Amino acid sequence: MTQGLDSWVKTLLALRLLSANPTGLKGLVIRARSGPIRDRLIEIIQNTAPALYKIYPIMSDEQLFGGLDLVQTLQQQKLVYAQGLLARSAWAQLCMAERCDGALAAKLGQALDDGRIAPLIVFDEGTDEETAPQALKDRVGFWVDLEDVSLADLEVVKFEPAPKEPLAVVSARPEDIATLVDLAARFGIHSARAAQFALTCARTHAALAGRSALSAEDIEIAVALIYPSRATLVPETPEAPPEQAPEPEQDDSQDEAESAQHTDLSELPQELLIEAVKALLPPDFLGRLASAGAQRSAAGTGAGQSRKSKARGRPAPSRPGRLDGQSRVDVIATLRSAAPWQKLRAARKPQQSRITIFPNDIHLKRYEQRAERLVIFIVDASGSAAMARLAEAKGAVELLLAEAYARRDYVALIAFRGASGDLMLPPTRSLVQTKRRLSALPGGGGTPLAGGLQAAGVLAQKALSQGKTPVLALLTDGRANISLDGSANRQKAAEDAALMAGWISGLGIKSVVMDVARSPNAALADLAQTLRAEYYPMPRADAHGLSQTVHRVLDN
Amino acid sequence: MTDAFPFAAIVGQDNMKLAMILTAVDPKIGGVLVFGDRGTGKSTAVRALAALLPQITAIKGCPINAETKKDVPEWAELTRFEPHQRATPVIDLPLGVSEDRVTGALDIERALTQGEKAFQPGLLAQANRGYLYIDEVNLLEDHIVDLLLDVAQSGENLVEREGLSIRHPARFVLVGSGNPEEGELRPQLLDRFGLSVEVTSPKTIDERIAVIERRDAFDQNPKRFLSKWKPEELNVRAAITDARAALAKIKKTKAVLRDCAELCLALGADGLRGELTLLRASRALAAYEGQTSIQRAHLKAVAPLALSHRLRRDPLDEAGSSARVARVVEDVLG
Repeated sequence: MTQGLDSWVKTLLALRLLSANPTGLKGLVIRARSGPIRDRLIEIIQNTAPALYKIYPIMSDEQLFGGLDLVQTLQQQKLVYAQGLLARSAWAQLCMAERCDGALAAKLGQALDDGRIAPLIVFDEGTDEETAPQALKDRVGFWVDLEDVSLADLEVVKFEPAPKEPLAVVSARPEDIATLVDLAARFGIHSARAAQFALTCARTHAALAGRSALSAEDIEIAVALIYPSRATLVPETPEAPPEQAPEPEQDDSQDEAESAQHTDLSELPQELLIEAVKALLPPDFLGRLASAGAQRSAAGTGAGQSRKSKARGRPAPSRPGRLDGQSRVDVIATLRSAAPWQKLRAARKPQQSRITIFPNDIHLKRYEQRAERLVIFIVDASGSAAMARLAEAKGAVELLLAEAYARRDYVALIAFRGASGDLMLPPTRSLVQTKRRLSALPGGGGTPLAGGLQAAGVLAQKALSQGKTPVLALLTDGRANISLDGSANRQKAAEDAALMAGWISGLGIKSVVMDVARSPNAALADLAQTLRAEYYPMPRADAHGLSQTVHRVLDN
Repeated sequence: MTDAFPFAAIVGQDNMKLAMILTAVDPKIGGVLVFGDRGTGKSTAVRALAALLPQITAIKGCPINAETKKDVPEWAELTRFEPHQRATPVIDLPLGVSEDRVTGALDIERALTQGEKAFQPGLLAQANRGYLYIDEVNLLEDHIVDLLLDVAQSGENLVEREGLSIRHPARFVLVGSGNPEEGELRPQLLDRFGLSVEVTSPKTIDERIAVIERRDAFDQNPKRFLSKWKPEELNVRAAITDARAALAKIKKTKAVLRDCAELCLALGADGLRGELTLLRASRALAAYEGQTSIQRAHLKAVAPLALSHRLRRDPLDEAGSSARVARVVEDVLG
């Protein structure tokens, strides 16, 4: 069976189980871009769900949870409350979940926890590391990815609706529970909810098959549906802490051979299950873990990115003002201000039964726009002195971050060495995440200054498009010797670096260059000029010095 | 709303449970901050707390849960003052909540229909004499955080808006939970919490299995599970009630005060708040354990809870702050 067909079969099975037990399995995260595959799935969902409503990330609390119905209140001259969407007993669909911010995720999570939503279908259209908030995903049973499904796959299997009658009780032996928990731990899944979902899933599957006790098949299917998408490590070292990604060079054949050696006869079924889940892990799983710990970073950046929309237009208290055709009227605040006077005003104009509002009652909505800053460190990790410099740069990043919560800055780090510049720390303001990432930062090799600048420019552009203000801090001795195409050519390398610097200054990005060579470097001073950056020779920079310099430049 | 999972049945997480029990014994300790990974039972514990706490006496219908007639605010416009027993309030403060909802505001209903200026109390009023729970506290909007800080500090909510001028008591225990990977908490807010706990997933497989087994038993048959844990639950409740009564009689020696001061000095914990909390928490623990005076063992047990979040942050220190506290406690108290 191809990967795509397998995903589609699992998706349909997940949907069937979900429709049989919406309160226990809570929901389904569908990661797919809009297209015919997703359309087909939506069609199936529409036919399966008794009723459906849609939630968009921009919806207000009143729409979701209910509140004052202003139009009706004014018309009927008495208080009318509108019920929120969540009050409906129907399937909920969260569209564009990757845009959902932490606040909404927390509220929906609460509603999932206490059963006000059952189930929730989450449409995650994110690309790369962009994803639905982890706080929400954790509370939903199934996660499926439709990326590899082809149109031909759709015709192979038909969706089988679950019977409508209530589920029979299925008993679970303690060994079954132990198996599920142990497996979760071996795949580095630490949330207790995952094992809980697996157990519920197995029970539901057994009930649909008419069994009154869990069979090996139920467990196998539950494990295959719930665990692979949540796994954070491959069970090679069962007791390893979650942060430890497996060795990148480990290959599959060796790994199978080893687990075969370790196989104890009494544990045979468990080992078989592990192999089964391993086969289901996404094909590039090891690569992703080794490169950046994609799963973890997704957790962090998801929350970070979603903040931007909040910061871009955080509502500020409304102010009295005049209608100018541009500002939005805050109706509630306006009514509040008019309300206490209604009796008086009505007495003056008894023929009028409506509410009287005077111009000076009008309040206008205001939004506070505060762009968040993203400090991008571009650190030279080349050559022999790299380790010391890198250590100082790491220190500076952490110091800046430690002060960041008052200022609400994000920090990112790009290291250049070998042939290119790599994003070592995606924009974050979590100190915990930073420490975890920076502890494994390597050094050595050539000096691809241009590559580093290029990577920084790309990141800065992305930040600009998200409404953040990027600031670059370049830390190098300026001896560029690797050009953009990766060849070792000093002249070309310098030209490329100047080219990139020109591009970045063209974007209008503020930057600072810190020269950490023993003696100041004229070429680097020139580069700083091209960047229109401030240039600081700092032969003996330490973490505190670096962070102070960056601070000084930022505060100007 | 479904029944809450019983507090006594929560597997492991002893520090979190201890911290919550201590604030129940002596609310003056201040709030509890629970930081940790997802799916470790943070919210379960807080929801369980509501069912565990002893009931309080309050005037029926009073918006601020006043204990006696003279404490009922005038704006409540009560005509009958009947005391009754009610559960300790545990109020949820949802993210994205508006300022109106927190502090209370002009009662729109009465303003619109009767043209009267009346006060509609908010969450702070409801939480008076109880608990205020903020999930994902590190994602809370700054202006709400500032407001909460101010009220938590003064124990009084002051509303000056829309021509209203209202003040009412708002004394509550702040319980916050969050995941540090999603953002840090401002130090000013951090310091306001009396105790802090870091929770992690259970380390052993057996413990994890126990978690799932109990949760499953609860989901399958909540009634039977609740009645099975009822005696245990009542034991904890009785111990809290007894400890409250004994609290005032617990003796503190000069030596204990000296230990507190030395600990805080050695750790460089800012301000006197640390010492005070350390002392209060040790006293609450002594009372909870049914002893008559504070021992060194009590100090040792509560020091990580009371101090780990008050250390001046050193981002270059690799070890977590709890580890630092544990180290210093070993050094100072031996």
